[in-house]
Amino acid sequence: MTTRLVFIFLSAILVNNFVLSRFLGICPFLGVSKKVDTAVGMSIAVLFVMIMASIITWLLNILLVSLGLPFLTTIVFILIIATLVQFVEIVLKKTSPSLYEALGIFLPLITTNCAILGLALLNVQQNYSLLETIVNAAGAGLGFGLALILFSTIRERMDISDVPEPFKGTASALITAGLLSMAFMGFQGLVKL
Amino acid sequence: MSESKLKLLSNGLFKQNPAFIQVLGMCPTLATTTSAENGLGMGLATTAVLAMSNITISVVRKFIPDKIRIPSYIVIIASFVTMIDMLMHGFVYDLWKTLGLFIPLIVVNCIILGRAEAFASKNGVIDSLFDGLGMGLGFTGALVLLGSVREFLGNGSVFGVHLSEVKMFAMILPPGAFIALGMLAALFNYIGIRRSKTSKESK
Repeated sequence: MTTRLVFIFLSAILVNNFVLSRFLGICPFLGVSKKVDTAVGMSIAVLFVMIMASIITWLLNILLVSLGLPFLTTIVFILIIATLVQFVEIVLKKTSPSLYEALGIFLPLITTNCAILGLALLNVQQNYSLLETIVNAAGAGLGFGLALILFSTIRERMDISDVPEPFKGTASALITAGLLSMAFMGFQGLVKL
Repeated sequence: MSESKLKLLSNGLFKQNPAFIQVLGMCPTLATTTSAENGLGMGLATTAVLAMSNITISVVRKFIPDKIRIPSYIVIIASFVTMIDMLMHGFVYDLWKTLGLFIPLIVVNCIILGRAEAFASKNGVIDSLFDGLGMGLGFTGALVLLGSVREFLGNGSVFGVHLSEVKMFAMILPPGAFIALGMLAALFNYIGIRRSKTSKESK
């Protein structure tokens, strides 16, 4: 049981990294990775929403299945995630203004981050238990953060280096991401589920 | 068919190509282009959703209160995505299986919500249809191009037609997606720079 949880956790962070091997959440990965500070803020926000969304969608899925409405999964999940993000925003604003300030624009942006919906759908597809779902969500969030922060540190370094004209901007960022993804492929076979 | 409709179509295909110029919808672009065929399938599925949601949103645009328009758009888009998901499950099961998670994820493809907000909510039904088709086909073209490049380099074939013996398997794996798209983006930049240089010289 415990080993299975550890496997799920490691698999979500390293082997099947959401950004670098599943291609989920590429938009924020390319969009907010120009500075390390913003990357850290985004990672925390995503981790938080991922865990909350996974728990709620897991519970809702039981309801949907028992009512015989599994085809509504996509619609219900996306609405729940959008609502949840709003809710988290309101609560954070009241309870922890400093964290709210720090996350800023990243909170509302999370709704359209396909990593969240992707994670919720994956949990349902894999028939994970509630505990496994939470562990998987934590792993996915940390994996996203790891990739994003690593990538932003590389990009800060690249800002001061001399890149050929056509490769400036997105092109070099994508190739860097490719190399990072290649490095992460070294973890393949580390965990077998 | 008037000229303005053609303009709407070509706008999405070239000038404002969603994948290459606007850099939207990167997740499916990278994930589903392991072969030209998969890219085509994903592109057409997105085009269908985009065209239908654009029409619907354009029809109901005057009834939806401004404050709740984004949630309403998302529900409309999600309904069409669910329909496409079921249709593909029924008729093209193999493709449905390969694309997997990325079919329901069309919902969060920013191209679709982006066109709904930027175009369909302000324009008539016919114009919205052409805008949706143009953007969708532009996206499809980008996916097919990237898919062909990756399939050719990684498997020596395009659309399953065997062409070469050189097989760089890494191009089909995740790193290949990033690197191939990065190289294509650099190529487009290079062409753009060359073009602006020659036009300056001719002046």
